[in-house]
Amino acid sequence: MPADDRFSGETTKIRDRVSRSTRSKVIEGPVTDWATDFSHVDPAWAADPYPIQDDLRQRCPVAHTERFGGMWIPTRYEDVADVARDTGRFSSRGIIAANLRPPRDVAPVGDVPPISSDPPFHGPARKLLLPAFTRTAIGRYEESTREFCHGLIDEFSARETVDAAVEYAQHIPVRVIADMLGFPPEDGPQFRVFVEEALEAVNQEPEERAQHRDELFDYLYAQVREHIDHPRDDLTTFLINAELGGNKLTPEHVVGTMALLLIAGIDTTWSAIGASLWHLATNPADRERLVADPSLVIPATEEFLRAYAPVTMARLVADDTHWRGVDMKADDWILLSFPAANRDPAQFDRAGEVLIDREVNRHAAFGLGIHRCLGSHLARMELRVAVATWLERIPEFSLSDPSSVTWSAGQIRGPRMLPLRIA
Amino acid sequence: MKLTIDTSKCQGHGRCYDLAPDLFSDDEEGYGVVRGDGEVPAGKEEEARRAIANCPEGAIDAG
Repeated sequence: MPADDRFSGETTKIRDRVSRSTRSKVIEGPVTDWATDFSHVDPAWAADPYPIQDDLRQRCPVAHTERFGGMWIPTRYEDVADVARDTGRFSSRGIIAANLRPPRDVAPVGDVPPISSDPPFHGPARKLLLPAFTRTAIGRYEESTREFCHGLIDEFSARETVDAAVEYAQHIPVRVIADMLGFPPEDGPQFRVFVEEALEAVNQEPEERAQHRDELFDYLYAQVREHIDHPRDDLTTFLINAELGGNKLTPEHVVGTMALLLIAGIDTTWSAIGASLWHLATNPADRERLVADPSLVIPATEEFLRAYAPVTMARLVADDTHWRGVDMKADDWILLSFPAANRDPAQFDRAGEVLIDREVNRHAAFGLGIHRCLGSHLARMELRVAVATWLERIPEFSLSDPSSVTWSAGQIRGPRMLPLRIA
Repeated sequence: MKLTIDTSKCQGHGRCYDLAPDLFSDDEEGYGVVRGDGEVPAGKEEEARRAIANCPEGAIDAG
């Protein structure tokens, strides 16, 4: 068999793409008016976006900003659903709204397929990954996830306080995805740096973002080369050997998908676990009810996913278009706020309340349409196991210092510091 | 009551086989499939209605 030399060169194509990206001017400073000067990195949005969303939904309902080179923000469920499903008008070529837009010719594959892909490339690229992420396939990680959660709790259960975001929630998805990709578990701290740079530092200068991108892809290329020398039963080896239409994947496709699986699986689930524990720390009646009836963990975690949906996606307008009464220009960003959709009173009864036994809950936390989160079954498993194990071991807890709770800014929202009193 | 899944709408969220495992299962790619011929056994109507009401894509029909 000839040696697999697809990955021997430098990451020149990735660097070339970054150098050909469209750059927009960085606009900083606090938001002056949410309807016309929106920013998803504003501290007020990170701290509590829900009143802002409710206000915009009533008075716009599509907000706009000149920041990030121009961006629109729909806030009604039906508008968010329409953008998610209209893949012709709204392209996934860019999915993280920042001051850097990928060049047009990367479509329909995009930098991190299949989340960055449009039809017709998207379907087959996604189909390749689906079997590894079914609920049945994910079931094999459930027991080891539970043991891992117990191990984390063993470390701090004798103390009076713990930061549940830093010492518990963040470790769980890192461990599981490292296991699935076949990366060294001790690289976990490095993954968290990659994630923060990719998802939170979105208003940085484009050159800085490009540099961070290089570091991520250098790491991934090194992992690929190591897997070519030492193949094993994991997703990295699977992607190296995978074929589409009778051909091996391009190196950009292999490492792009690895980047997606690494980045998308960490911040998101970390945020969902943290937000769920934050809710239970601040709502003792819900906490006591869940402790008394653990079967409620399933509807309760669905409700936490609705009410505190961690993920907002982005799209790029494909061509100049008139939509919902506004004139959009090609390459304008659309912020696809699943959190805002999930709080729309036109779609949900008592939308602003958290009802842990909500029976009808067609929330959009994992997206809608062809880009439904590939890892949703993995995320649900981790969230349910993390919350159930915590409640079993630590049935009583509360915020130890409410003023020190911090929430991440950008497109993924969750607690980044969550000090809890546990004894 | 007879259940069908519109495969052009189903995206594999899996709410149906999570909420009504007696009536739905997942295929090898995680898309929902009805068990048997989709006919809802007596006493399972409520479970069927809950699955229909929770499908984010509105992909389940009851004839």
